[in-house]
Amino acid sequence: MFNYIVSQLVNGVTLGGMYALIALGYTLVYGILLMINFAHSEMFMSGGYIGLGVLNLLSNKAVQAAVVARLPFLAFLQSARTFFTGSTIGMILMLLIVFGISAVLTGCLGMLTERFAYRPLRNAPRLCPLISALGISIFLQNAALLWIDNSIPFPSLLPTRDFGFGITPIRIFIIVTSLILLFVLDRFVSTTRIGKAMRATSQDQDAAGLMGIDINSVIALTFFIGPALGAVAGIFSGMYYGVVTYNMGFFPGIKSFTAAVLGGIGNLRGAMLGGFMLGIIEALASGFISSGYKDVIAFVILIIVLIFRPGGLLGESVVEKV
Amino acid sequence: MTTERDNINSEAPSLAADLLPAAKPMFKKQRGSKTSPLKVILLVILALALIAAPIIFQGFGQLLLIRIFAIVGLYIILAMGLNIVVGYAGLLDFGRMAFYAFGAYAAMLIGVPLAQALGPQLGGWAYVVSLVGGAIVSSLVGFLLSLPVMRLRGDYLAIVTLGFGEIVRICLQNNFLGLSNGAQGLPRTGQTLPAPPGLDWLKMNVYFPINDRFVIEFSSNVYWYYIILILLVVAIIVVRRQDNSRLGRSWAALREDEVAAAAMGVNTTRAKTWAFVLGALWGGVAGATFSYFQMVASPETFNFFNSVLVLAIVVIGGMGSIPGVIVGALAIQGIPEFIRWFAQNFLSGAASGIDKTVSNYRNLILGLLMVVMMAIRPAGLIPSKRIKREIHGAGGSDGSTRVEGDVLVNGVPAGIEGATPGGGEGA
Repeated sequence: MFNYIVSQLVNGVTLGGMYALIALGYTLVYGILLMINFAHSEMFMSGGYIGLGVLNLLSNKAVQAAVVARLPFLAFLQSARTFFTGSTIGMILMLLIVFGISAVLTGCLGMLTERFAYRPLRNAPRLCPLISALGISIFLQNAALLWIDNSIPFPSLLPTRDFGFGITPIRIFIIVTSLILLFVLDRFVSTTRIGKAMRATSQDQDAAGLMGIDINSVIALTFFIGPALGAVAGIFSGMYYGVVTYNMGFFPGIKSFTAAVLGGIGNLRGAMLGGFMLGIIEALASGFISSGYKDVIAFVILIIVLIFRPGGLLGESVVEKV
Repeated sequence: MTTERDNINSEAPSLAADLLPAAKPMFKKQRGSKTSPLKVILLVILALALIAAPIIFQGFGQLLLIRIFAIVGLYIILAMGLNIVVGYAGLLDFGRMAFYAFGAYAAMLIGVPLAQALGPQLGGWAYVVSLVGGAIVSSLVGFLLSLPVMRLRGDYLAIVTLGFGEIVRICLQNNFLGLSNGAQGLPRTGQTLPAPPGLDWLKMNVYFPINDRFVIEFSSNVYWYYIILILLVVAIIVVRRQDNSRLGRSWAALREDEVAAAAMGVNTTRAKTWAFVLGALWGGVAGATFSYFQMVASPETFNFFNSVLVLAIVVIGGMGSIPGVIVGALAIQGIPEFIRWFAQNFLSGAASGIDKTVSNYRNLILGLLMVVMMAIRPAGLIPSKRIKREIHGAGGSDGSTRVEGDVLVNGVPAGIEGATPGGGEGA
């Protein structure tokens, strides 16, 4: 019984790391634009797809052959394959490349959506950007479904071993990496000049603008960082569950949004706390109550938090200004 | 309280007129509703065409076409319900399928045992009871949902309704309380749905061969087409009248500015509750009819994407506009189905595979269309006059009515506001 509880907790912290990474994207955007970026769950999905694509390009013989046949200048990839797949250093390097490229490309995708879908609507009624975001989400899901595939298996890169209590290399990897990223982001926002600009913008956009902060750049940066972190979580998810699907973003997206609300939307540390809390609650609930209802639990928490404490655990209470 | 209307109509300078500056000419127009003879003739032709269509399609054996029209009709009813919530009252609902599901499952749970109790003679009337029952259950759920979410702001409301929709679907899938029969849905194996009243009689007695290729006859598809058409006409009349009523005006005030509406004496709680209840009502009516028409209610129908589809119908057609909703449903639900029907009937071989591609691309285009519409035509294809005025507004200060940022922003001289990169309010 004790073993079971601990292994559920480990599972919960793993999920929590992913949720925290995604939740940061929601909370960053909400903090600055007061808008729920519905398309953020598709950034997570895109991250998984792009990461898998890069991974296959580096390590999959068949994929490499197919790509080189069309783009001969990529032939050097074939000779690098044994290095990437053979040695430990190559493996680490490959993971870094996969995560790096996926995060950057997804970040750019996030900036693109901001530029073309949200920026024109900045002065529109509140419903408009929300519906636009929903449209982006539907579009990206179906683009992935149509042009890539419904679901693609994701190779497990790390050895499958159990150190007891459900502690496996993949779980350690996810927990450690997400903690590092969360720490880096926290330092970035609270100590650097750009971070200060982001905080100023989220406090009062117009005053920040008058102080000489380029609001558009800050918003674009926000839409880069959020999706980039989401992409990392997307690859985690692919490695953890061994598959990427076109609709893989829906439930993690909603749950991470719940995590962001639970911690207090707009509050970075709140999102991190909320992410881990939600992961643990979900793991325990699916372990002890019913796994069929595990997705319901997040929604129930969301509804309860929104109704009784809409500011979240660490957030300030929101006073509606007229 | 007739004074409010009198004030507006007599053009007396009143606070209510300030709240809805554009309302004056609109109410006048409705008072003296003169419809041109051309419009009447067109309407009569349209009505005759709609009445004759299923008989003609049946005669030519195009059953699929009748079903397409019936489904589009159901989606129009569903979207009209959502239109009350989103279009009139300005409350976002991303979980519309929950009410559809309550209507469908309630109809099943009421109809199947009732038909057995009534016996073969009267069993058909179980549909009518189910329809009313589905509508009542669904409205009740709408009422119950409205209680906790009353104070939530627009985007939070959207997420909560989304969550509600998913909770309902997952509970149905997991055979909640043993009622919903899990993923298989209702009716359970061995149980059958009663035929609706009069269907058997009509099937037996309507048979007029015109020639050896064309026969006027009745089938269950034709029957449901007419039922849905009648429900649709009722829905249009009722919803139109509601929009023009005192309640409709308080919805408009609520949509434009909740705080100002409350300050002007609009009972916002009451207006919101009614929006939820009446919106849910049409969801229940459509759901009950859907389950009898399809003869099954299974959880997969009520997924999030279908909720989005209904929302897209309202948004793309035109929020708060009944013709808009009809056009939206025809465009979004109708056109892809027509293409599929065309492909099945007139294309062969490789080209007939088009129908799968069509439904895939439909969703892709739908997403893109939602984005593009918000950017270039946020009021929809056929905008409601009132909403169009709200969105495009009179002058730049219009944003102050809904943006929750500081009013000060709008008080700042335009020159300074322009100096801000992006120049936007924080919303």
